[in-house]
Formats: sequence, C-alpha cells, structure tokens
Amino acid sequence: MSDKPKIDIDYISNLARVALSEEEKAAYSKDLSSILGYVEKLNELDTDGIEPMAHPYPVYNVWREDKVESKMSPEKAMENAPASRQNMVIVPKVVE
Amino acid sequence: MEYEAVIGLEVHVQVKADSKIFARCGAGFGHGPNELADPVVLGLPGALPVMNKKALDGIIKAGLALGCTIPDVSKWDRKNYFYPDSPNNYQITQYDQPICDGGEVEIELPGASRNIMGEHRKVKLTRIHLENDVGKLTHFSSDSLVDYNRAGTSLMEIVSEPDMHSGEEAFAFLTSIRQIMVYCGISDCDMEKGQMRADANISVRPKGQKALGERIELKNLNSITGVKNGIEYEIRRQTSELKKGRTITQATWRWDAELGVTEEMRKKENAHDYRYFPDPDLMPVRVDDEWRNRLRAEIPELPYEKQRRYFEEFDLPYTITSVIVPDRELAEYFEEAANLAPKKAQAIGNLVVNDLLREVSEVGIALSESKIRPPHILSLVEVVEKGTITKNIAKEVFVEMFKSGETAEEVIERKGLKPDFDDSQVKTWCEEAIAENPKPVESFKAGNDKALNSLKGQVMKKSRGKANPQLVDGIIRDLLA
Repeated sequence: MSDKPKIDIDYISNLARVALSEEEKAAYSKDLSSILGYVEKLNELDTDGIEPMAHPYPVYNVWREDKVESKMSPEKAMENAPASRQNMVIVPKVVE
Repeated sequence: MEYEAVIGLEVHVQVKADSKIFARCGAGFGHGPNELADPVVLGLPGALPVMNKKALDGIIKAGLALGCTIPDVSKWDRKNYFYPDSPNNYQITQYDQPICDGGEVEIELPGASRNIMGEHRKVKLTRIHLENDVGKLTHFSSDSLVDYNRAGTSLMEIVSEPDMHSGEEAFAFLTSIRQIMVYCGISDCDMEKGQMRADANISVRPKGQKALGERIELKNLNSITGVKNGIEYEIRRQTSELKKGRTITQATWRWDAELGVTEEMRKKENAHDYRYFPDPDLMPVRVDDEWRNRLRAEIPELPYEKQRRYFEEFDLPYTITSVIVPDRELAEYFEEAANLAPKKAQAIGNLVVNDLLREVSEVGIALSESKIRPPHILSLVEVVEKGTITKNIAKEVFVEMFKSGETAEEVIERKGLKPDFDDSQVKTWCEEAIAENPKPVESFKAGNDKALNSLKGQVMKKSRGKANPQLVDGIIRDLLA
C-alpha cells in the first residue's frame, strides 16, 4: 500500500465525460487520491474466511409480480429532454 | 495450408412479460414513440428499480431447458458507459454471478437432402444472464432520435463457448434456441421485432493449431439467415487474408445484408472500461430447489426429444417430423389425432403436413381457428383405409371438411362421393379395359409391370375416380394371371 495511489485524471475525466481545466485536474487528482487512500484502509482488515457480499443487507428476492402499474405520456416523458421531435429525444448524431 | 473457423455466439432473447424488468410500465413492440416509458426507464432522479419476478422465472426456465446450473445466489451489476440509448448511463446486468452457468444446446445440422436428417451435436454454453434492454436510435442526416420503448425490457444474453465452426452450425444453434424458447413460452423470438438478436465472434486458425486466431466481432445480424451468410462471408474473408500472409486485427465489423459483405465498424484498440460494480439499488437473487423444481415441471418435452419419440412411437419419417416438431401447436394437434390411432400415425402425419398446412396457409388462419380438429383428420384416414374413397377424392373431401367442419363421412354422404356401384361393376370395368386396350395387356404379360397403370387409369376413369385403386389392381392382376 502506498500513501499516494496513482490517479490518471485524464483517463477518469474522459470516462466521466467531464472536461477539466488544468487547475481542476490538479485539485481532483489530489482529492481522488486521498479518497482512494481512505478506501485502501479496508485492505488492512483480515477478511480470510469471510464471504464476499454484494449488498450490506442480507436481504434477497425483493421483487414484484409482472403487472403494468405505471404509465407516463410521451409528452410528459419528453419534458426533461433538451429537444424532442415526434415524441423522441433529439441527440447529436451518433453512429457506432 | 488448411484453415478452420471457430465461432462463438452471443444471443439476446427478450423474456416475454407485460411489464419491464425493473420498471412497472408496459413492455412490448409496436407502440408509438416513448409510450412505454416511466421514471425508472428514463433514469430520473430518485427512481428505483424493482425486479420483475416473471423475468427471473423466464431465465431460470430457459437455463433449466438448456441444461445450465442455476447457482443459489446471483447478483446485479452496473455496466457503465455513455450512449444515448441508455438513459441511466449504465446498464443493469450480471457480471460475475449470472443466474445460469454452463449448459448446452442440441443442434441439428442439415442432412444430405431435405428428406434426410443431418447430424445432431451439442454446442456448449458459457452462461446466460439477465439485463435490461436499451432504447432504439434512429439516425437522420443531422441528428439522431431516441425511443425508449424498448429500454428496460427483460433481456437474456445466452453466451456460447467458441464451439461452432461454420455458418450452418450457427444457423442450427439459433434455430434450436428459438424453438426451445418458443416451446417453453419464454419468448416469441421474433427477430423482426428485435425479440432475438445475435452477435458472432469469429476467428480463423490453421487446422490443428490449438490457440485461437484474432477474433472479429460481427454485428447487425438481423435474421437467422443473416447470421449464416454473415459468418460464412467473414470466414472466407479472414481465411483469404491469412492465406495472403496478412494478419487479422481484433475489431468490430458489421454485416451488410443488402450488399452481402462485412465492413469494419471500429477497432478494438481502446478496450471499453465498463467499471462494473454491484448495483446498490437491487438485492441479490437467491434460488432454492423448490423454485427450480417448480419451473422444471413447467418445461415441456423439447423439440428434438419429441422428434426422437415420434420416430420410435409412431415410426414417422423425417419428412413429417421435420415439419411437425418445430411447431409445438402443430405437434400437439398431430399427437392428439395420432393417439386416437397410433398405427395410423403416418397417414395422419401426411394429412397434417400436406393438406392441413396447405389449407391453413391458403386461407391465412391460425391452426387454432381451423374447423378441422384432430378427430376429423382420423375420420378421413379411416375412410381412405377402408377403401370407401380414393386418396384423390380424399383431397377433395379434405377441402370440404376444412370449409365446413364436417367429418369425412358427412362430406362423403352430402356430396355423394361414396361409390354408387358394387365390386362386380368394378370387375366389369376391368374386363372392358382389358378388352379395349390390347397393347398394355401385351406389354404387361411380357413382364412390364408398369403397363398395368394405364389399365388401372382406364378403370378409374370409368368409375369417375371412385373405385378403390387397390381393388382395381387386384382384379386386373387376377384377370390377367
């Protein structure tokens, strides 16, 4: 464990689709590194013989029956969209 | 040098359900844009997903039908990426603890001809997991439009091992999966409606080499035939590249069904970093034996099991089973009639495959709407067997039965199709035919058995098609003996 975990701030900001200025990059590098350092404390615990868990609560099978109980008009659904046409959200042309 | 292809498929199958996998709004095809959306589907702040029990039942049933292990515990993970078809900016899926592990799919390869059954083999599966489907993008010249109706639909991903070697095997694999899913009522697997989609991983290596070649992921395979054609094209392309001494670079390509070629979409240089992590909004799933057994009991006899039983129990030829078995409703219809008279199963099968299917498709109705029910089919088989009417007249009777819903006897009675003469009249016609046709008689006596047909034809004509051909055959042979 090192005191200064490596953060590739360019990679992370690209993954998050957030453009950062040079000052912001420096600031976030420092913040994120200290968060990682904090989380690394967990490595100090002895977890031998403890099963990994996916959730802090030991609760399973929270479900509902297959019933349609919610409806929203397309007009309402489009209210949050910056722009829409024919009840569909307009986005910049994306071709994969 | 000889090369061989190695193919793995990722098959996405929507689980049939009224509502979405994590949202309470409706799911389905053919609605107006964004009519099937709600705060959970749109990923609005504060909206929380809740599992749809039916989606879980569907995938567990699919897993049991395909011989997967259903682990006691599985969980949900977020796969993070930005794309407008996914409003949450992540897809809820299963990373390291899927609901179904392993499994295999029995496939049937094409035989030497349509009448001959091809080889059967089992293709290994890696896993099946559940996830939410994404929205649909339509591209225009200057922008794209997003419809979230499909987003959040329950979607299974069936992942095969790299265990296939030709487009034909991939075709058979998808055909088999589709039949099993439809048989089990898990999905309708209509590829035109996007209910089943497939991507293929294809690589080519020198024959005998253990290590796999660099693989190409092939997308946009929109039909089962498209899968076969796309894969075959890609195998030829990669083989020819390797033969020219070139190398294959891992990349994603797409199949262009219209042009019949594959083309590169993107390189794999920047492998996606999806940053999977357990979804904190969803509790894991725990499956016990009671649940497994309840679903196992709902799985019907699968198509290839049924085919084997039809060979054994009813002595049906492949030409009949290959038509009946893929369609569960048709198979049940046939079996209802065959069970009334197992020894007549072949004749029943013939009527179902030839006459029934022809009339149903000509009139354009569903089998369930047909007025002819299984006992009607048997009634027709029986009158033909008794010699009351000929096979030719039976065709006419069938058409009438199909129109009216009468039994064969009723149609025969109403239309006066029963022979209005007795056997001695048939004998007289036979004698006349022999007297009037010395040439075929001579030819038959000289050992040409086929010459008998022209004499039989004369008698049938005299009887206006009503005489029993076997009876005619016997009488003529006796007379000429």
